[in-house]
Amino acid sequence: MGFLSRLFKPADLGLVHLPAGSFTLDREGRVMTSTLPRSFPSEHLNAIGEQVLAAFRSAKKAQLPLSEIIIHYAALKLLARELGGGAMVFLMPQSLNRLASVALKKAP
Amino acid sequence: MPAQPKILLLDDDQDFLDLYREMLSQHLPSMPEVRAANTGARALSLLESEPFNLLVVDLNLSKMDGLQVLTIARRKYPQLRLVVLTGIRDEQFRTRAYALGVDQYWIKPETDQEMGLFMESIEALISREAQAGFRGVQSKSLVDIIQLECLSQSSCMLKITNGVTEGKIYIQTGEVIDAELPGMTAEPAFQRILSWKNGSFETLPPDPTRVRTIFTSYQGLLLNTAQAIDEAASLEQQPAAAENDTASGTAPPPATGVAALLADVSQIEGVEFVLALGHEKNQSKNFWGLQNPKPVAEFTRQTLENFRSLGERLQVGELQHILGTGSQRKVAVGSCGKSELCVGFPPSLSPEQVRDAFKNILSKWAS
Repeated sequence: MGFLSRLFKPADLGLVHLPAGSFTLDREGRVMTSTLPRSFPSEHLNAIGEQVLAAFRSAKKAQLPLSEIIIHYAALKLLARELGGGAMVFLMPQSLNRLASVALKKAP
Repeated sequence: MPAQPKILLLDDDQDFLDLYREMLSQHLPSMPEVRAANTGARALSLLESEPFNLLVVDLNLSKMDGLQVLTIARRKYPQLRLVVLTGIRDEQFRTRAYALGVDQYWIKPETDQEMGLFMESIEALISREAQAGFRGVQSKSLVDIIQLECLSQSSCMLKITNGVTEGKIYIQTGEVIDAELPGMTAEPAFQRILSWKNGSFETLPPDPTRVRTIFTSYQGLLLNTAQAIDEAASLEQQPAAAENDTASGTAPPPATGVAALLADVSQIEGVEFVLALGHEKNQSKNFWGLQNPKPVAEFTRQTLENFRSLGERLQVGELQHILGTGSQRKVAVGSCGKSELCVGFPPSLSPEQVRDAFKNILSKWAS
């Protein structure tokens, strides 16, 4: 069934690869600096920034002022540090291999 | 679900669709009905109009990519089995696809042998009935799995995962010798693990150094546990005064259900406050250690909702939990079943201690 190999297509860049890196936001949510590749959509950066700043503000309103928030998803960890009303955000994609190796290290 | 299994193929390559439609419909023993779609929108519309057992998705699609389709399909059709069949050999996409809840991730077969394995796995997936239970062994409850291991005089460690909580049951030559959950061991941990209604498990090699803390036979353990679960269920069925909204300053509810759970959680070392909310906006909130729970409830609900929707947008799988650090205290926020929880800790606790304590709380809540 070697003919199947013709069905193989190279990866399309339409899918967004999650990069590791960081960016900073001012208090209005504008991206000031970024170490993330330009291929990462600015809409995603803005969306992350918006939610991070909203979380800091909402926590403050609830009398729980926070200087750092870590958001754990199954495939991504976001770490946000408050910076004078703005924030610095780190993106840390998680991989199955890394998670498995951490689990193995923890196993008795 | 119809007797003849139904498969939906999604790929933007018409040749691929024609080839796989023919192979799956004619060469699988279950002779499934195979439909095809060449765009994500078309696939979602087909899923909307008729039931399918399995969706096979390529990731590399124009307009709506495969991860977007998977996100929507998993949310709208939780019973639908999902398989990725793609040419993308990228660890991150594999991780994200599994995080979105796919059953299998396949690189498009290039040899007869790979094709054979793919066909076998598809047949296995569609021939299973979608039922609640522990993924790993279909149609078997955790009690069945433990009985199986004990009857065969096995020695192993069962690692059981329920959401973010991980439990372990140690079996030595057919006897349960210990069980472990965050902050709990021995029989109470065993009972709590068995009260979980679903999850996944792995059988790992035994730990010969494990000290025996359970001396009841496995039959006795299972009987005791069944009795404890029955008693807990009958308590839950009683009119739950504890479910009332206690934020209005009414008298505290009797120590059953949520109130008992709150009391239990408040005993965990370091916990300064606990707030538990129902998923719906107007549902009750229960709390301990808070003067004014309303703004904390708003923060909890809004933050979870915002980051859940961000997670869907970024296609990074389920939101597990959020940890916050402040000068006055640390907080942990997350969901457990139908509840949303916000727990406060002193700032002196390390992030690892907060995470472990929060997992412990989620584990109590899940049970």
